[in-house]
Amino acid sequence: MTTSVDDRLSARRAGRAPELRGFREVQRLAYECAEAVAGQLRPGVSEREAARMQREWLRERGVRDWFHLPFAWFGDRTAFTNFRFPLQFFPTNRKLEPGMPFILDMAPILNGYTADIGYSGCLGPSPLHDRLLADLEAHRELMLREVRERRPLREIYEDVERLMARQGYTNRHRAYPFGVIAHKVDRVKQRRWAPTAFGFGTQSLRGLASDALHGHREGWSPLWSPYRFSDHPPQPGLWAVEPHLGFRGVGAKFEEILVVTDSKDLEESAFWLDDDLPHVRRWAEEKTA
Amino acid sequence: MEANAVASSTGAQGTVATGALAGATERWVSTGGVQLCVAELGDRERPTVVLVHGFPDSKEVWSEVAKRLADRFHVVLYDLRGCGRSSAPKPLRGGYTLEKLTDDFLAVADAVSPNAPVHLVGHDWGSVQGWEFATVGRTEGRIASFTTMSGPCLDHLGIWLHKRATRPTPRRVGQLFGQGIKSWYVYAFHTPVVPEALWRGPLARAWPALLSRVEKTPARGEPGGDYPTSSLPTDGARGVWMYRDNVRARLRRPRTDAYAHVPVQLIHPTGDVFVSEQVFDDLDQWAPQLTRRSLVAKHWAPRTRPDQISAWIAEFVTTVEDGTPARKPRATSQYAARFGGQLVLVTGAASGIGRATAFAFAEAGARVVAVDRDAEGAARTAEMSRLIGAPEAWSEQVDVSDGLAMEKLANKVADTYGVVDVLVNNAGIGVSGAFMDTSPEHWQQVLDVNLWGVIHGCRTFGKQMADRGQGGHIVNTASAAAFQPTRMLPAYATSKAAVLMLSECLRAELAGKGIGVSAICPGIVNTNITTTTRFVGVDREEEQRRRTRSTRLYGKRNYPPEKVADAILRAVARNQAVVPVTPEARGAHLLSRFAPKALRALARLEPKG
Repeated sequence: MTTSVDDRLSARRAGRAPELRGFREVQRLAYECAEAVAGQLRPGVSEREAARMQREWLRERGVRDWFHLPFAWFGDRTAFTNFRFPLQFFPTNRKLEPGMPFILDMAPILNGYTADIGYSGCLGPSPLHDRLLADLEAHRELMLREVRERRPLREIYEDVERLMARQGYTNRHRAYPFGVIAHKVDRVKQRRWAPTAFGFGTQSLRGLASDALHGHREGWSPLWSPYRFSDHPPQPGLWAVEPHLGFRGVGAKFEEILVVTDSKDLEESAFWLDDDLPHVRRWAEEKTA
Repeated sequence: MEANAVASSTGAQGTVATGALAGATERWVSTGGVQLCVAELGDRERPTVVLVHGFPDSKEVWSEVAKRLADRFHVVLYDLRGCGRSSAPKPLRGGYTLEKLTDDFLAVADAVSPNAPVHLVGHDWGSVQGWEFATVGRTEGRIASFTTMSGPCLDHLGIWLHKRATRPTPRRVGQLFGQGIKSWYVYAFHTPVVPEALWRGPLARAWPALLSRVEKTPARGEPGGDYPTSSLPTDGARGVWMYRDNVRARLRRPRTDAYAHVPVQLIHPTGDVFVSEQVFDDLDQWAPQLTRRSLVAKHWAPRTRPDQISAWIAEFVTTVEDGTPARKPRATSQYAARFGGQLVLVTGAASGIGRATAFAFAEAGARVVAVDRDAEGAARTAEMSRLIGAPEAWSEQVDVSDGLAMEKLANKVADTYGVVDVLVNNAGIGVSGAFMDTSPEHWQQVLDVNLWGVIHGCRTFGKQMADRGQGGHIVNTASAAAFQPTRMLPAYATSKAAVLMLSECLRAELAGKGIGVSAICPGIVNTNITTTTRFVGVDREEEQRRRTRSTRLYGKRNYPPEKVADAILRAVARNQAVVPVTPEARGAHLLSRFAPKALRALARLEPKG
């Protein structure tokens, strides 16, 4: 897996390869963090503690700035049950119990490269949760295929929603700000002081705002939403894609970066930044098993 | 265990019984100066289930339940002392204390199952004494589980009353008063001589007709109508001593250590006129391993609902025998007590409200049959239902507008899964556009699915339900368009108005059979009905445009089908007739009654092109 990504990167324009490698490294680091923290989760650990564990793990490895601070959701909060206000996304004192699903979501920035990942798990065996995780695979394939077809983002969004409905799930990324299924990420300037506002890094927010301004002039948006402002073909760049399934108090998602280029070649026009991620490995294992 | 030492048996062979318990072997067990008549059914190697009757009954009250359990268990029934064919203690006064009834039970248990503990089931006074058996020390190791119906523990009741009398709040006073009224007959039985005279005279003569009229038990000549038996006058006249010997003593000085030492299953008939549900509010503290069930039935549920009761007893006994009594049921819903183990059939279950309803029932532990034209979607619904708590779930592909296919399905379901307890006729399609643009084919199509689908469902499954005569519920999905006229939906609204009226008429017809009928009027709910709706009078392109637009509009309204499913479960649990769900549906329902002119004005609004 790893070598194939490397090969493809090296085949690309020389200037772009090291940049993508930077993004890939920080994404891997984030997933390593998620797996490490998930391994330490025990009954009685609270969301706040889980968020702190992620923060400290990444800080020890050099992360100083964030696209957003780590989130942790336990139990029915993984499906955003009864979420009305954005403040409800922040970690609470909800304690983990046996059989509870959980989601860790973090967006560290390392050396100016941004990652934004989501990791779903369950404390103890749960056939239902396994089912949700397995069903996410179809969404990963669908989104890549339709992005390569250059379908308008709003239509892809609706196709994902339809697939979820067919599977019997509800679309829970609709609960995110602007109902986004994805958003653009980019390099940010490294500053000695990297403050956050409402959990989001100010540098990243600045980048997003400037993208929004450019996009507004050119007819695109850095937010991939169900609304009219997303009624445009995929914009080249790095998109952090996060389809989020909900089913009666159980939620599951993955989040990773989709690279969209302006290449005419189908394979090159869009591809996942990395295929060696926990959820992708899990699907491969299930297939061989 | 001294009492058991005096017990002797007439031999394990016994004689073959006739009447309501035809086929059972009967024998006599003597204990404490009385001879108890004990009947046995089924294989003696299987787990033993002892069914204890109440007042004024004999063991035959359990005959229908016993027949249904006999293929899986060793079923034992006995006449309490003085009842049925058992002999009475002399003198009667003081011969009916719970201690003596416990001696009787132990003697029977030792005679029928000397080596293994028995599963105890009690109804009415059988349950009252069952609580005594399940909570006193000397029966430990002789009982494996206890299923209680319509009979609280006198000690628990004493403490319950005391708590409400000494620390009154308006609610507690209300509860005290409510149960106080329900217990009127208990005071009456403390009058000397008169109750006996009544039971030996006019009351016993009137009793069978009274039971079948008020309690809806099967009348003479109907299947299961071979009850009460001829021993009724003595059952009633001697049985009053159970009240006189125990009620005052136990309520005044209740035992404070009456904790159940076995897993307990409480089956509460919601229409019981003698025992209110609040009596069991604190039961969890007395019975640590408690499974709650609630049943739409009156007091004599063993006569009127034998299928459901025997199914619950069998499930509970099997769970305990398997050695996992502490395991909590997987069903997590607040309706688990009401729908656990029931068979629910939902049409249009591949998407939207139907699917959400199937899931909601699955979460309540019901067995689900998901029916839809879309086989793949229905299969998916069944699969997910199993993952969230349905013990079993199946999918069936059927077009509800096809009468023959529905009949076939009904036969198949009855043969393989059983008679449906809750039927949800939900499948429906949309047609939008002016009346003048709606062709006869469009009319045919929408009426075939929306109206005839419901008619076929009610005719086939509803008939099975009515024939079984053990209650049930039918839910028909109508629409807010059933009472909100609109120029945009003439065909659809007509079909749904018909469904609403059909439901109301059927409700009246089936009320006497204990079958409820509810019409659900959801309103604007975020489902895929908009993506399949036919928009008549416009070309294909415009139709597609309108579909997309209405889908987005419904998406913006974003009323989840799960809330409609909750409303459906609530409607079944409360037996509601017409249930508008969304706020706009409730508003329209209100306006249709108080300001129909306003609705007519709304009906004239034309959508923006």
